[in-house]
Amino acid sequence: MNPLLLIIVPLAGAGVAALWPNGRTRPWLLPIVAAIHLALTFWLFLNPPVVTPTAWLGFDPLARAVLPMVSLLFLVCAAYAVPYLRIRSERPNRVFIAMLLAILGLLSAGHQARHLGVLWIATEAVTLAAVPLLHFNSTPRAYEATWKYLLVGGTGIALSLLGSFCLGYASLHGNGGGDLTFTALTAQGTELSRPWVLTAWVLLLVGYGTKMGLAPMHTWKPDTYGEAPGIIGAILAGAVTTVAFTAILRVRAVVGAAGQGPIADRTLLVIGLFSMLVAALFLLGTRDFKRMLAYSSVEHMGILGIGAAFGGLGVTAALFHVWSNGLTKGALFLSAGNIRRAAGSPSMDSVRGMSLITPRSAAIFVTGMFAVTACPPFGPFFSELQVIRAGLVGGHGWAIAMFLACLLLAFFGLTRVVFGIVDGRPSAAVKTSGKRFIETTAVIAPPLVLLGLSLWLGLYTPQTLRESWTAAVAQLFPTP
Amino acid sequence: MNETLNLLIGLAMGLNLLALGSSRLPSLIRAVSVQGMVLGIMPVIIEHAGLDWRILLVAFATMVGKGLVIPGLLRRAMRAANIDREIEPFIGFVPSLLLGAGGTIAAMALARALPLLPEHAKMLLVPGAIASVLTGFILLIGRVKAISQVCGYLILENGIYLFGLLLIHATPLLVESGILLDITVGVFVIGIIVDRIQRAFDSLDTRKLTTLRE
Repeated sequence: MNPLLLIIVPLAGAGVAALWPNGRTRPWLLPIVAAIHLALTFWLFLNPPVVTPTAWLGFDPLARAVLPMVSLLFLVCAAYAVPYLRIRSERPNRVFIAMLLAILGLLSAGHQARHLGVLWIATEAVTLAAVPLLHFNSTPRAYEATWKYLLVGGTGIALSLLGSFCLGYASLHGNGGGDLTFTALTAQGTELSRPWVLTAWVLLLVGYGTKMGLAPMHTWKPDTYGEAPGIIGAILAGAVTTVAFTAILRVRAVVGAAGQGPIADRTLLVIGLFSMLVAALFLLGTRDFKRMLAYSSVEHMGILGIGAAFGGLGVTAALFHVWSNGLTKGALFLSAGNIRRAAGSPSMDSVRGMSLITPRSAAIFVTGMFAVTACPPFGPFFSELQVIRAGLVGGHGWAIAMFLACLLLAFFGLTRVVFGIVDGRPSAAVKTSGKRFIETTAVIAPPLVLLGLSLWLGLYTPQTLRESWTAAVAQLFPTP
Repeated sequence: MNETLNLLIGLAMGLNLLALGSSRLPSLIRAVSVQGMVLGIMPVIIEHAGLDWRILLVAFATMVGKGLVIPGLLRRAMRAANIDREIEPFIGFVPSLLLGAGGTIAAMALARALPLLPEHAKMLLVPGAIASVLTGFILLIGRVKAISQVCGYLILENGIYLFGLLLIHATPLLVESGILLDITVGVFVIGIIVDRIQRAFDSLDTRKLTTLRE
């Protein structure tokens, strides 16, 4: 079977959605296309195709290790989108659905990209396709958030392009034939010009790091996640950031082949720890529970960066964390969306006692919060434990100490906000707005499924999944 | 060939300084538009020996896109928003110019530190690219109106385009056109958002976008 179908099917779905005449039935296209995509992805996951080294796009081990999670998360979010768009039937949904499906196709392209230029085109097209989703609510606050996203994200786009050009020039300078596939670049190894490789690494780390939301390039995240619908937050935090992370991993493999791996690891470690620290400090200060999720996402991107800095073992742990964080964050964003809708405000100044108004969403939100702050037996606990183990094996005692301190601070920050809105007695305004929101199975089941998946990852990680992560690491760190 | 090219790059660098020094939106947009045209001619000059239809196509698309379509959109947005044509800077014009000039000198020095292929050694492409990227950043940070920030972003992109010319042999046409498409779509999306901000806030002053903060 052709892995290109993963790209073509959602893009075709986007085209159908753009032309579909009926706004009431259009949302059903989302789960249908997502289900086909998931079926295709799992078929490819179980029967991995042979990738020709020169191919520009291919379902290689790295794509195999991550893309199923993206597809799974997207399907659950798509199922949630149907009742969500029914509640929001006053807003036109044509562009929303078409762009959401386009993002799925472009994400599949980005994860499968084996060419420096194709990778840039796909990831940046995702950035642009997300823009109409962010201002779905059409409030001035939403436009403000979108403008900041465009300005910061646009600069990130530009810098990663400049970085790609620099890496291309490094290859040209080392007598490369102009083949910019990652296979060819890695094969060139130490022939790549050192100054150009280092320039490229800095620019690409800043560029794709902006998209991941690593501090200090994270400034768009709280605004965007705070103002966009919960479902968009779930997809951005779980799926879109992931494509930037795999981009960094692919570039890191080239930099490693050029003999500059230690420098790359050191920068990743510093930027990862800095992200965790910044996120933890802001978590202690924020009063908005959707912005809180954004800072938590910055923190977990930091964990991914730190994991990636710890070599092969660390990258395995980071890929595990991509899964556990993506699924758990999805549960948090979707339940937070329910609470936000019922409460009418995202601020803990006016929202209290949500355990009385939306008991089921509040229960998922609290459990998800414990899961994401690494309480056993959920997935994040085990993936973070693996990161710690990889760090200790590599002799990074100080970094691990700081890592644990940041986790503790973030735990305080998250519990402060979450219990602030869940506990207490609801105010009169919240009571009246809460009456209009009914917790149907359709809006409760999706976050519950994601939470269940996170638990399942923690209790029982399938052997094939572990093997796929090891295979991806073997692709990134080839042993001579 | 190198002399003509360097002359054009020098012109583009001069336009950077003009953009930094212009106090009115129409002249800023004009500087960006002329710079886009100048950039469009460059691939033809570099490839003048083995000119084929694809190079001509890229050059034509760049000239029309960067030189006419995008500046046209900006002018339309400016008229539709009916905004004050004066540019209010965060960073004043003289400090911006000094920063820009300093940046240009630093770009020349920095470009020397990076190893270049012999055929690129006499070209000003790398310093031109770095200087334009810096100019773009100064405009992005130092101006308050959304349209002047978009102009800054365009100059930043122009700098990257200059750098991309070094790789004109290496990048396949498909990739190049993909990049060009992404950038064009990006500017269109920015244009749409500028329009929405104008309607929602009745202004394009980004200093008013301050609701969201910790």
